Amino acid sequence: MLYAILCYANEETVFAWSKEEEEAVMGKLYAVQEPLAKAGKLGPTGRLMPTTAATTVRKGKDEPLVLDGPFAETKEVLLGFYTVDVENLDEAVAFSKELSKVNPGSTSYEIRPFYVFHPGAVKT
Amino acid sequence: MTDIAWIDLALTAARPQALGALLRYFRDLDTAEEAFQEACLRAIRTWPEKGPPRDPAAWLIFVGRNSGIDAVRKRSRNDPLPEEEVLSDLSDAEVDMADRLDNSNYRDDILRLMFICCHPDLPNTQQIALALRIVSGLSVPQIARAFLVSEAAMEQRITRAKGRVAKAGVPFETPSAAERATRLSTVGAMIYLVFNEGYSAGITNPDNAAFCEEAIRLARLLLRIFPGEPEIMGLLALMLLQHSRAPARFDRQGQIVLLEDQDRNLWNRKLIDEALALLDKAIRHRQPGPYQIQAAVSALHARAARAEDTDWEEITLLYGMLEHIQPSPVVTLNKAVAISKLKGPEAALELIAPLAEKLDGYFYFHGVRGGLLMQLSRNAQAREAFDRAIALANSPAECAHIRQQIDKLGAAVAPA
Repeated sequence: MLYAILCYANEETVFAWSKEEEEAVMGKLYAVQEPLAKAGKLGPTGRLMPTTAATTVRKGKDEPLVLDGPFAETKEVLLGFYTVDVENLDEAVAFSKELSKVNPGSTSYEIRPFYVFHPGAVKT
Repeated sequence: MTDIAWIDLALTAARPQALGALLRYFRDLDTAEEAFQEACLRAIRTWPEKGPPRDPAAWLIFVGRNSGIDAVRKRSRNDPLPEEEVLSDLSDAEVDMADRLDNSNYRDDILRLMFICCHPDLPNTQQIALALRIVSGLSVPQIARAFLVSEAAMEQRITRAKGRVAKAGVPFETPSAAERATRLSTVGAMIYLVFNEGYSAGITNPDNAAFCEEAIRLARLLLRIFPGEPEIMGLLALMLLQHSRAPARFDRQGQIVLLEDQDRNLWNRKLIDEALALLDKAIRHRQPGPYQIQAAVSALHARAARAEDTDWEEITLLYGMLEHIQPSPVVTLNKAVAISKLKGPEAALELIAPLAEKLDGYFYFHGVRGGLLMQLSRNAQAREAFDRAIALANSPAECAHIRQQIDKLGAAVAPA
């Protein structure tokens, strides 16, 4: 079974870590991940950039709407994710708009650039 | 991380929102600061035991408001302080309390707190000092060290600046959209001042260099509460890009390393990636502004794997655009540097000749001019320009850098 494990935290605190604190935390996290990676059980992992770098595509009346900032509704919940390697934000927005158009629900797509921790190697 | 280290980060992060709300509530900066201080002390006492609250800012506002009221009452010899127990037992009430707090105001609270530090009567250095004290919560000794003045002098400077702010009157009414936009751009300029104070210090003064990170933190905060502002995206991108080069800007002896000579492997890729993502967002708004354009120039340098891969043509175009939006001799000087890469030093010298009078007291003008003249082997004139630059240098590192150029001149002349 594939699981997505999503990390929630206070970004102001996390992005205020000093280089030493960051390295200490990451070292411990890598140590926990290593056995899974060796067993071929670890997929792509990473850290999302600050929410200031986020863009959200929402269902619009005609065309989907592109909004600055992260997805901030509380009624909807995280239902899935894609990782795409594209040229720029325009391409990511275009792709999300296509998804939004064919998706019958009121689904929003939050576009978050991220730093790769581990490229991952799971077989499905 | 220890409890105390975590609490310290959480208090710093919550400060602008909490202090901004307390300022709106008490309408007096000193009372608000005292109340915030009191709330922080209680946080340090109770959080390690009870665990951190889900919303630290809401907690601090609630506790600060109560203790501030107590302080005001105490001064008028009224009711005694409530029992510590009453204030400590907040965990259950927290969700409820967060709802009761006036959340719709928090954006303007933070903006107001930053805005009062930018009073036009205050010189730049006082704006920076005041912002670091009030918004960032740095201690007076920390700020004094960064500005290389005594604590007493800095204390006096900050007190005087606060007095001016109080006398001018803090604008408490909810700003109109136009007023908000003005405040936002004023605050953006102040944040960039803080950044530049750190940037120009380089590695010579580590207390000062920390200002770069503080400015980046403040810009992120501003962008989080005003997410659709392309110029704030541009400002943050610009600072991230400039800061990404910090590890490469000076050599081991503390000498300046020019952009074209820097080891690009030392540049911080994470900061660059974040900046490029922000610029992508900003560009989609199709509202170019000075920060976005400067960030775009900086991004072209970041995208070039080697100095010789730099897209000078695009940079020239961008500086042309900047000249159009915000004409200034300094922008023309920067454009001239790009032109020198495309068309040679002669064309660049021609372009900067009319600037001589306006930029006569500007270090970079004479430095650039000397460099261009040196490329043309007009050594005597180059020497003259470099001498002028040394006289205007802002730091020992700048001075040393120009001396190196003069040494090169000497070496070129020697064989003849």
